[in-house]
Amino acid sequence: MLELKNISFTADNDGEEKEIIKDISLTIDDDKFTVITGPNGGGKSTLAKIIAGIQKPLSGHLFLDGQDITDMSITDRAKAGIGFAFQQPVRFKGLTVLDLLRIASGKTIKVSEACSYLSEVGLCAKDYINREVNSSLSGGELKRIEIATVLARDPKLAVFDEPEAGIDLWSFQNLIRIFENMRKTVSGRSIIVISHQERILNIADEIIVLADGAILKRGPKDVILPEITGTDSAVTSCEMLDKEVRK
Amino acid sequence: MTQLDEIQKRLMREVADLHDIPEGAYNFRANSALAGRNTTANIDIKSKEDKPGIDIIIKEGTKNESVHIPVVLSQSGLKETVYNDFYVGDNSDVLIVAGCGIDNCGTQDSEHDGIHRFFVGKNAKVKYVEKHYGSGDGKGKRILNPVTEVYMDEGSSMEMEMVQIKGVDSTERTTKAELKADAKLVVHERLMTHGEQKALSIYKVDLNGKGSSADIVSRSVARDNSYQKLDMCILGNEECSGHTECDSIIMDNGRILAVPSLEANSVDAMLVHEAAIGKIAGDQLTKLMTLGLTEQEAEEQIINGFLK
Repeated sequence: MLELKNISFTADNDGEEKEIIKDISLTIDDDKFTVITGPNGGGKSTLAKIIAGIQKPLSGHLFLDGQDITDMSITDRAKAGIGFAFQQPVRFKGLTVLDLLRIASGKTIKVSEACSYLSEVGLCAKDYINREVNSSLSGGELKRIEIATVLARDPKLAVFDEPEAGIDLWSFQNLIRIFENMRKTVSGRSIIVISHQERILNIADEIIVLADGAILKRGPKDVILPEITGTDSAVTSCEMLDKEVRK
Repeated sequence: MTQLDEIQKRLMREVADLHDIPEGAYNFRANSALAGRNTTANIDIKSKEDKPGIDIIIKEGTKNESVHIPVVLSQSGLKETVYNDFYVGDNSDVLIVAGCGIDNCGTQDSEHDGIHRFFVGKNAKVKYVEKHYGSGDGKGKRILNPVTEVYMDEGSSMEMEMVQIKGVDSTERTTKAELKADAKLVVHERLMTHGEQKALSIYKVDLNGKGSSADIVSRSVARDNSYQKLDMCILGNEECSGHTECDSIIMDNGRILAVPSLEANSVDAMLVHEAAIGKIAGDQLTKLMTLGLTEQEAEEQIINGFLK
C-alpha cells in the first residue's frame, strides 16, 4: 500500500516559484490498477516521479507498506519494491536488451527467462534479445522494452508514466493488451498508470483526475469514466481505429 | 610458457586471453627476449637480422589458422622498439592476436614501441586483435607507442580490434592504411584513460582503389584528469566509401579533442564522419537506479556496455 500525505512540489518557472503539486494526500491500495489522468500540465508526471524518488517533494511524506520512504534514494525505493517506466525511455549505447533485463531482475537470468518478458510485451525475443538499446530501435519498440524491464523487476508497486506517449497506433493496440494482461495478474501488488487514453482508463479499477496540481475527482472507474469521457482527461486514440478494434 | 613468471603470465592473460600455450603459430616476447615460438606448416616466424622484431609469413590459401604474438614487460626501466612484419598470402583467412602488457613496479619508465606492418594479399581475410594493458604501482611510467601500417591488396579485408582499457600512462598510437580496389577495412577502437594519462590516437586511411571501403569506429572514455586526442582522417582517392565515428564519454576533469578530417579527391568518393563527446546522460543513471543499482554501479554498467 502506498500512502501520500500532504505532498507539495514547486518548480522554478522563469524565476518564479510555481506550485506543481498542491498538498496532495491519497492512498493506493494493494491489488488495484489505478489510472491517474487529467489535463496536460496538471502535475501527473511530477507525481509519478515523486513516487519513484526522481523528484523530491517540497513537503509531505510518502509511506510504502507503512514505511516512511520520503528520504529514500531512487535506488533504495527500487529495492523497497517500486518500479518505474519512463515516459521517454532512455537509450544506451552498448547495453543490450538482455543486459537491461538482467539488471532489472537483479540476477543473471537465463536467456529463456529474459525472452519470456519480451514475449509478454509482444516482441519476438530472438530478434531483440541481443540488440543494443540504442537509436536503432523505434519509439514503440523502446516503450515495450521499457515495460519489459518493469516486468522483469516484478515490483510491488509499478508506476507507468504515459506509456502511450510517442508510440504508433499499431504499438498502441499491443500496449492495451499488455495492460489488460497486467490487470488480470495484479494480485498482491499495485499498478499506477499515468494516462489520459480512454482505452487505458477503461482497464482501471480506480481513476484519479489530477488538475492544476490537486485531485479533482477520484473513484471507481464506472463512476468517474462517464463523467470525464469527451474531456481532455479521457482522449480516444482514433475513432476509426477504435471501431475496427471493437468489431 | 615455462619461462614466464606469475606477473608475466597475468599480463599474458590480459593482453591475449591466454591461459595456456595456444594452438597454431605463436611468438612470445618477455622483457625484450624470446620466450617461446611455434611455427606451423603454413605460418613461419623468423627473427629479423638487422633489428629487433620478427617476420610472420603466412602462406597463400592458409585458412582458419591463428598467430599469437604477445609481448610482456615486467622489468622497470626497459625501453624497446620492435619491428614486426606480417606477410599474409593471397586467399588466406587468419586470426592474428597481438598485444602488450607492462607491469612497472619500479621508478623508471618502461616503454614498448611496436611497429607492425601488414601486407595483406589479394582476397585475403585478416582479423587482428590488439590489446594493451598496464599494471604496477611504481612511479615509473608505462608507455606504449604502437605504429600499425596496413597495405591491402585487391579484394582483401581486414577487421581490427584495438583495445586499451587500463593502466597505460602514455600512448601515441598511429594507424595508417592504404587500400587497393575492393579492399575493405573495419576498425573498432576502444580506449579508456584515467588518472593523469595521455592518449593520442591517429588514423590515416587512403582509399586508393575503386570500390574500397573503410569503417573506423572509436569509442572512448576519459576519466579523472586524463587527456585524449582522436585524430581520424580518411582520404577518398577513387570511387570508394569511408566512415569514421568518434564517440566519447567524458568524466571528472577528463579532456578529449576529436579531430575528424575527410579529404575527397574523387567526385565518386563518399565519406562520412560522426563525432560526439558528452558526459553520461543523467536519465541513463536515473533509469538504472530505478532498476535498483546505486549511482556508481549504474555508471560502471554504462561504461562497460559502451566499451564492450
